[in-house]
Amino acid sequence: MAGGGFRLRPCRSLGTHMAPYLLKRLISLVLSLLAASVVIFLVLQIVPGDPASYMLGMNAQPETVEALRQQMGLNEPVVWRYLTWVAGLAHGDFGVSYTYKVPTGELIAQRLWVSLPLALYALILSTAIALPIGIISAAKRNSAADYGIMGVTQLGIAVPNFWFAMLLVLLFSITLRWFSAGGFPGWNAGFFVALKALTLPAIALALPQASILARVMRSALLDTLSEDYIRTARAKGLTRGQTLVRHAVRNAMIPVLTIIGLQFSFLLAGAIIIENVFYLPGLGRLVFQGITQRDLIVVQSVVMLLVFAVILITFLVDIAYALVDPRLRSRA
Amino acid sequence: MNVGSLPEANRGLVSAAFQSKSFALGFALTALFILAALVSFVWTPYDATALAVSEKLRAPSAVHWFGTDHFGRDIFSMIMVGARTSIAVAFVAVGIGIAAGVPLGLWAAAKQGSLVDEVIMRANDLVFAFPALLIAILITAVFGPSAINAIIAIGIFNIPVFARLARGAALTLWTREYIFAARVAGKGAVRISAEHILPNIMNLLIVQGTIQFSLGILADAALSYVGLGAQPPTPSWGRMLSDAQTMISLAPHMALFPGAAIVLTVLGLNLMGDGLRDIFDPKLRRSRS
Repeated sequence: MAGGGFRLRPCRSLGTHMAPYLLKRLISLVLSLLAASVVIFLVLQIVPGDPASYMLGMNAQPETVEALRQQMGLNEPVVWRYLTWVAGLAHGDFGVSYTYKVPTGELIAQRLWVSLPLALYALILSTAIALPIGIISAAKRNSAADYGIMGVTQLGIAVPNFWFAMLLVLLFSITLRWFSAGGFPGWNAGFFVALKALTLPAIALALPQASILARVMRSALLDTLSEDYIRTARAKGLTRGQTLVRHAVRNAMIPVLTIIGLQFSFLLAGAIIIENVFYLPGLGRLVFQGITQRDLIVVQSVVMLLVFAVILITFLVDIAYALVDPRLRSRA
Repeated sequence: MNVGSLPEANRGLVSAAFQSKSFALGFALTALFILAALVSFVWTPYDATALAVSEKLRAPSAVHWFGTDHFGRDIFSMIMVGARTSIAVAFVAVGIGIAAGVPLGLWAAAKQGSLVDEVIMRANDLVFAFPALLIAILITAVFGPSAINAIIAIGIFNIPVFARLARGAALTLWTREYIFAARVAGKGAVRISAEHILPNIMNLLIVQGTIQFSLGILADAALSYVGLGAQPPTPSWGRMLSDAQTMISLAPHMALFPGAAIVLTVLGLNLMGDGLRDIFDPKLRRSRS
């Protein structure tokens, strides 16, 4: 900022245009989070069955149930319960799980150590597979390779990830015995041992996302390849390969990065189903156990956390996009 | 979904449609599964719910084309009946999305920039922010697992998709001269939306409908896989796969066929959607081929 007058100018214009945009996006971020919390809270109020009587079993005395309801705060007015819940969330206090009798925050933190690395692993795999094949497909447009890649990705989009997971188990665990069919030894068992246990689930999760991403990469690259500056680059003597790497791919990355950002939240939520195939102790298992055991606090906390993550990632992607592409700011 | 329901003006497109390889293949696959679902009402090789423990875990053969499951039920028959469930769930869910989403989108476009527009679009954003599958799981868990609740859960997430699409397409149409002419002629926003805008965004809606249909099949499969879709004894593809999971080393055929049914149906619908998009948008077709 200490630069001369001329250098400062673009910075100042960035600041003046960016500030109202940021403010607007921040307000809508907070409103979205509040609205999401209200929706999640209300939906879970309709769950049939009383958690207190569920915890104590069928033979419990009505007085005992009543005492537990009192202790769990279930007799407070709905609005009060919502406010305490949200106030707690703001402090990182998710409440105490009805069934596990431990703070829900701790439970979630433990499970996150499975779900988060799984989603990240899948994201890395998906990106590592999708970008090169998307680029090849666009560069060799209408070739046999392009048709082959488009065909395979078309199929990849149609495959349910949990079924693909079962096929992977059938091939790599049961037939070849390279991987175990499920379970998670924990990160204490060693990084690579744990990573190996997450490999099949991550591949299963990554496949459909990689198919989508490869197609996005291809069409983004085809769009940039038809731009005038590409023709100019070729005209000034760059080879096809140089043009592709120096100009086309870099510009095509903008929409691709947006999709990658959004895919992370899909992967995090998708992990819920995949964790069930591989018996992984992640957030997904926690949610399903919470649902069957009427452990409302656990369910609403996990759902809220995932929705929070999605909203936050979308927000960050929007901001990053606006920083890269000033046209979007004025449109907002 | 069938071609006969296309507007009269689009009839000429039908012959063009079948010249598109992806449309033709997609249409054939989709028709195959719709046919299987329809035929299952009057005929299946075996009773899809009849247990025959003595026949359990049979590998595919001339007697049981796709083999039998752990209760001795005929997998081919179950897939036929399962097609009925999957297609019905996804189809009605798309119907919910169109019935609620398109009017909302048209309304928002007609009142562009107003409070109504803002509220509708922000509500859409909110629904989009929820990981769809997670909320579908939540809804079916709260209201109890059933095919009806699966339809509602999937349908809710189709609403913002169609609302956004309808609004975006309608906004560009509102700037056209013929819409201006209609306004000068004294037509109100509702009549213009119904008579001039809706017919012109029909193509887009049909393409998106095909895509949402395929996503609905996948979502229904995932929900019934985790036990939150159609309940037994009604066969569903997802539930067949969850049953197959514990038997996978003994009877891999239990997993292969229902999974292949899902993939082929979804693939068929996606190819059909791609083909339709190319046909409806000749500019795109030219640039692609």
